Amino acid sequence: MHHMTLTELAKGLKAGDFSSRELTSSLLDRIERLDGDINSFISITRDRALSAADAADQARAKGESRPLAGLPLAIKDIFCTQGIRTSCGSKMLDNFQAPYNATVVEKLEAAGMISLGKTNMDEFAMGSSNENSFYGPVKNPWDRTAVPGGSSGGSAAAVAAGFAPAALGTDTGGSIRQPAAFCGITGLKPTYGRVSRYGMIAFASSLDQGGPMARSAEDCAHLLGAIAGHDLRDSTSVARVVPDYLAELDTPLAGLKIGLPKEYFGDGLDAEVESAIRDAIKVYESLGAKVCEVSLPHTHLAVPAYYVIAPAEASSNLSRYDGVRFGHRCENPVDLEDLYKRSRAEGFGDEVKRRILIGTHTLSEGFFDAYYRKAQQVRRLIRQDFMDAFEEVDVLMGPAAPTPAFDLGAKKDPVSMYLQDIYTIAINLAGIPGISVPAGFAGKRPIGLQILGKHFAESQLLNVAHQFQQATDWHRRHPSDQETT
Amino acid sequence: MQWETVIGLEVHVQLATQSKIFSGASTAFGAEPNTQACAIDLGLPGVLPVLNEGAVAMAVQFGLAIDAEIPETSLFERKNYFYPDLPKGYQTSQMAQPIVGKGEVELVLDDDVRKRVRIHHAHLEEDAGKSLHELFSNSRGHGMSGIDLNRAGTPLLEIVSEPDMRSAKEAVAYIRAIHAIVTYLRISDGNMAEGSLRCDVNVSVRPKGQETLGTRAEIKNVNSFRFVERAIEFEVERQIELIEDGGKVVQETRLYDPDQDETRSMRTKEEANDYRYFPCPDLLPVMLDSAYIEHQRSTLPELPTQKRNRFETSLGLSVYDAGVLSATRPTAEYFEAVLAVCGDAKQAANWVQGELSAHLNRENIDIANSPVTPEQLGGLIQRVLDDTINGKAAKQVFAALWNNEGASADEIIDTRGLKQVTDTGAIEAMIDQVIADSPVQVAQYRDADPEKRGKMIGYFVGQVMKASRGTANPQQVNGLLKQKLDEA
Repeated sequence: MHHMTLTELAKGLKAGDFSSRELTSSLLDRIERLDGDINSFISITRDRALSAADAADQARAKGESRPLAGLPLAIKDIFCTQGIRTSCGSKMLDNFQAPYNATVVEKLEAAGMISLGKTNMDEFAMGSSNENSFYGPVKNPWDRTAVPGGSSGGSAAAVAAGFAPAALGTDTGGSIRQPAAFCGITGLKPTYGRVSRYGMIAFASSLDQGGPMARSAEDCAHLLGAIAGHDLRDSTSVARVVPDYLAELDTPLAGLKIGLPKEYFGDGLDAEVESAIRDAIKVYESLGAKVCEVSLPHTHLAVPAYYVIAPAEASSNLSRYDGVRFGHRCENPVDLEDLYKRSRAEGFGDEVKRRILIGTHTLSEGFFDAYYRKAQQVRRLIRQDFMDAFEEVDVLMGPAAPTPAFDLGAKKDPVSMYLQDIYTIAINLAGIPGISVPAGFAGKRPIGLQILGKHFAESQLLNVAHQFQQATDWHRRHPSDQETT
Repeated sequence: MQWETVIGLEVHVQLATQSKIFSGASTAFGAEPNTQACAIDLGLPGVLPVLNEGAVAMAVQFGLAIDAEIPETSLFERKNYFYPDLPKGYQTSQMAQPIVGKGEVELVLDDDVRKRVRIHHAHLEEDAGKSLHELFSNSRGHGMSGIDLNRAGTPLLEIVSEPDMRSAKEAVAYIRAIHAIVTYLRISDGNMAEGSLRCDVNVSVRPKGQETLGTRAEIKNVNSFRFVERAIEFEVERQIELIEDGGKVVQETRLYDPDQDETRSMRTKEEANDYRYFPCPDLLPVMLDSAYIEHQRSTLPELPTQKRNRFETSLGLSVYDAGVLSATRPTAEYFEAVLAVCGDAKQAANWVQGELSAHLNRENIDIANSPVTPEQLGGLIQRVLDDTINGKAAKQVFAALWNNEGASADEIIDTRGLKQVTDTGAIEAMIDQVIADSPVQVAQYRDADPEKRGKMIGYFVGQVMKASRGTANPQQVNGLLKQKLDEA
């Protein structure tokens, strides 16, 4: 039961093999037993989950028809949940309870899903290893000397460890796809604007996007259908019909044109990762797809442009944490400036401070044109690279990360950490969707294949991922409980 | 040396939307602190702004009223700075691409001199909350400050002029003109006491004839017509004295203190914030097509300057009357309604500015809430114009209408018998009676020099009018009295 997909669990519930309460309490027990070391959860909401499960069982007895009703999941602690702490992985919000639910949380509740709790993450989603959390690092369930990736590291680890069949994550520069790759699960970053950002604590508003993390593309399709859609409370969400993401899953791939960006197979790519990705491409060829090389010539500018735009937006988004109205406040401030300085100095961790400083600097008078404006120009070029490539091919494929999960504590230098996101960051700058699917292992550590599509081509991405998962079983592998305990 | 004053103004107009510019919370004034601030106004984590279309419409109407360009695209930006009553740590405002471009406002100065002031642009932004220091201070004068975020997120239209004004009087005339436009458009209640219209004044001086501008000081927090005038006068004098004593004006922000009637330095340019403006990623650019703009244009009422000109040229009112009657939309509408009934602009103007305005002022009632309706006043003026009543009776009728003692002038005239007596026989009979009752006064009159008699006749007129309860036609009384007194 702990490693079944949502789709299988839904069948089990429907068939009466087990109740929602049995499923939920079994997962909660497992979390309690095994998460002490993995540390994938910040808050576990047992009582709420069990009463929601009881309600789901009662509804089912009365003829419940919602496909996701009674199924549990975990929610990244960046989504506001009414009456439950929403910490964003930060000391700053350790005491914060939102008085409202994020739109996606509302939607999942409306679909009848049950939240088990809030998952660990890099503070304010800034990080690629989940080592920047106030609540401590998360360990990779496949190899507990390795990081789970970040920033949605808790969500990825929880799914991999058999704590939750699925989880919500967010992705600003790879934060769904890279941890999905490191933990051997499937993670989808939707098109910017596809999923409401209301109630999702902002890191970099023009890049942030929530999305599903699960054990299969099919499960991601279920979840995306539940959370996508226009939201009047988010002006940047797009008023566009939400298709049935399950409808195209079984479309054959014969004739599919796959582009391999040559820039994604260059220096710095780990040999084992490259070999796994090349093998995955062969699987697609065997399914009838045509493969060719393409170029995304501005790829090398993505990381620098991102590290101007994202910190600029973050420096402004994080100004509200000032110790005045909510969140951490220092003891006995002597005056206003002292209140601001000490509350923020104590409440934020190093990486958050680093990015606030970078962002404040790049937006400053005299630097704005050289940094922010230039980065926006680069952003348009990067977007154009993708538009040009999609003139020739249907989807792009490559590695989700240059290496498998690295060791905890291995990357001390921020820039080497930033380069982890070299294959994921450009996707956020362009606003297109991307999915990472399990495609092999380097020793014990999983490897993720990244598939990229045109804006709003989620149905196609899910189809392409699903067909791979029909032909392979990488996504059905899970760490044994010996490894997990 | 002869000095020239140069003034530019930034006027913040609170727009009269029901809800805030980026949230659904109410904008009503005067509620208990922090009862009209929702999660968005509080800047809680995860919330997002959604632009209020009403604020956009109002800004566009203002732009059209001042003949400004309305750009196809405008952009919200974040102005970043820390302040306790600024919940998000930034104010959402507009900088590079404001919603209203260059325009022009016509001022009418005291002696009917017209002057055009150029508008640099006008932009939309959200208001901050209020910090309340006094209420929370302890006996030693320090300690706590209160923050009321009811005002946070209230839509403001900031109207930025070019430095085209040359005196405090011109600055006041400019603010009055802006006030008239926004109240005519009903995009603001224009209530300065409640902060619906607030001014930052940029003042500099330069030797007369010099082209380049002097260094300016910005005076914040000037919230009445009178304070604008006083603040500018003080500041001009301060700057001239400073320069004449060999000093230099420094670019700085100053605060006007009405109690001390002076301006004081708040912060110099060096201490000024770097606001780090950048486009707000939570809001889409505002795109306005010509159909939308034309629709807004079709909603525009006749504007103050147009009305004023029409009152002068078509109605033949004096410059003064036209100015007073067009000053606010309710006054103009009242006047025009009176005119529609009575048909005589001069009489309508006199009554609105005379009797009506005196009563309204005495009881501090707004013309929009006048107990005498324009239809009632128009009906009253009709009876004066057709000689049904004389002026004295008309005032009685007005008073009766004011006190709601009758539904119309006609009804009051009827029930009180105020109809003017023009029958010569009846007036003669009253005169004869007065002459018979006043032998002493008659003798005095007849002994007096003919030049002095003019004054003395007033007594007799008064007596006759009294006898007629004010209804006798005063001209007839005068003529007949003269005849009868001078006869003997």
